[in-house]
Amino acid sequence: MRGDDPALGVHLRAWCRSEGHGFGVDPDGGYDVVRGDAEQLRWAGAERAGDPSPQGVVRRPPAHWGLAARGALVEAGGPAPGFDIADRDVVWADLAPRLYAHAAAAQWDPATAVDWTIPEPLTDEVEAAVVQVMTYLVENEQAALVIPARLLARVHPHFREVLQLLAVQAADEARHMEVFTRRALMTGGQLGTSSAGGRESLNSLLNEADFSLASFLLSVLGEGSFLSLLGFLDEHAPDPVTRQVTRLARVDEARHVAFGVAHLEHEGALDPTLRGRLRAAIERRHDALVDTAGLNADVFDSLVVLAAGEWTPEAIARGHAAVQRLHATMDDGRRQRLHRLGFPDDEATELSALHTRNFM
Amino acid sequence: MPGDVLVMGAVAYDPKVVTIWAGFRAWLADAGLPFDFVLYSNYERQVEDLVAGSLDAAWNSPLAWVRAERLAAARGRRVRSAVMRDTDQDLTSVVVVRADSGIGAVAELSGRTVGTGAVDSPQATLLPLSFLRGQGLDTADVTVRRFDVGVGLHGDHVGGERDAARALMAGEVDAACMIDGNHLLFTQEGVLPAGATRVLAQTPVFDHCTMAIVDTAPPGLADRFVELLLSMSYGDPVVRPLLDLEGLRQWRVGRTSGFGPLSTAVDESGFYGPDGSVLALGYRP
Repeated sequence: MRGDDPALGVHLRAWCRSEGHGFGVDPDGGYDVVRGDAEQLRWAGAERAGDPSPQGVVRRPPAHWGLAARGALVEAGGPAPGFDIADRDVVWADLAPRLYAHAAAAQWDPATAVDWTIPEPLTDEVEAAVVQVMTYLVENEQAALVIPARLLARVHPHFREVLQLLAVQAADEARHMEVFTRRALMTGGQLGTSSAGGRESLNSLLNEADFSLASFLLSVLGEGSFLSLLGFLDEHAPDPVTRQVTRLARVDEARHVAFGVAHLEHEGALDPTLRGRLRAAIERRHDALVDTAGLNADVFDSLVVLAAGEWTPEAIARGHAAVQRLHATMDDGRRQRLHRLGFPDDEATELSALHTRNFM
Repeated sequence: MPGDVLVMGAVAYDPKVVTIWAGFRAWLADAGLPFDFVLYSNYERQVEDLVAGSLDAAWNSPLAWVRAERLAAARGRRVRSAVMRDTDQDLTSVVVVRADSGIGAVAELSGRTVGTGAVDSPQATLLPLSFLRGQGLDTADVTVRRFDVGVGLHGDHVGGERDAARALMAGEVDAACMIDGNHLLFTQEGVLPAGATRVLAQTPVFDHCTMAIVDTAPPGLADRFVELLLSMSYGDPVVRPLLDLEGLRQWRVGRTSGFGPLSTAVDESGFYGPDGSVLALGYRP
């Protein structure tokens, strides 16, 4: 090596020593550097962390791949972080990459996606019903944010698309919390009630540590039921803001349900014991909640008033009938999704009936 | 039981020393060697304990090696330089001036101020001053400004050299002494801005740390210890992070051929007596 920096020889000698390269002063001028084998040795035991494509996902990525990008050349050694959800058959769905791409493209800005004007004030009764339903929705969205966020931190990053999907799911719920809160506060500035029974029901979701079971209870049954609820609110919304926010949220929730169903279908095809565990999870939750009040009575009443649209006996009767139909629609949806997961009709009917009265 | 475990001393010049030797201890235990280490706050006590037989081995600075050899000889014992890092062999130190200083030769340092590292730094004080004397400079005509950081650590603490480099750029000294690698480091850090300094002189090569083993050490354990250190491979992912921390790629068989210039410097400066006694004025580790 030759160069015109006067300190070249001083620095090159020191650098070669620290890097494990040989150094000598060349009798013909300049310096001789002999490459050491340290770098080769460093990478001698390295391995590829699968392949970057979704087809390159391995069944059980080792813990020491840790935060390395899927497909990267991973130096041996280093930390082995405790990502305990590390089995492809538990988290993966072939649909995940496509769902993530769709979710990323479908993100919307609450400030611009909603026209935040209500042309005419609602009657006090109907406005109070909207506020109560929004209060309830925020509470449920908060549970729906916390659960994927908790699971996300436990999933091995090798399953990149699953992490991305769960992250976007959490971001979806963050927007839902915002728009429902904002709609609730548009008129009076006070929120409605939060019942102990409702929170008890949601708490039982937070306590489910198993990825598949949590995803089943939250996404397939809970958010699945919410698809019907948000559809109902869209249909009976007394003002355009309520209609827009419930419609936007419903599109997001449909994606969450799709992932839950897809990955449980994937897992169920590989693990014949899955259905038994899903059944047990529904029964366990039902037993845990059997002595609680279920749906907040204020929420039930508000749904009736919303569907009624006015405070007259005839309208209230219509509203009540509509809420009964909502229950039937939710039940239909749950049974269909249980059927897709391989439950026979009678068992699907039985299990759907055991689902929490709090909807989520 | 004494003799059942090979006990090595190491100076805790940095908290990483615990990580390094606890890691090596586990690795050596896996390889079947009963090994333990004791931490010291300075090299003088470590060397005394080595020669007294309280330790079997000591991970010594070059200056500690010089003293260990002298102390051992005075007491009828022997120490050997058993194993070194690859980075301990063939080092140089440099005497650096500001590029625009107009100082073109060592002789021109006469009447000027030279910044050095700590009083007990081989690479930034003892060796370069001895080297300048060897170049014909009468150091009595030079004002030596020492930057005493980490006294007792034999220059393992980089602070003294960095302070000398800063003083050079601040115009407080006319030249500064440092090891070659630190000139590169300080240039990269910006302490010595690129192009702002010139290497006035460079010492011949010398050696740095070595694993000193005293002849009272259980020979089987001592030999196994050396053998295992030499067998450590940078390709081993368990030991590689420890080698990175300790700053080597591989251990090499120890030698004494690179300590001559330091022994001369010690005698010239009266740092230690021929029997290993500490003579340096004001040196309190």
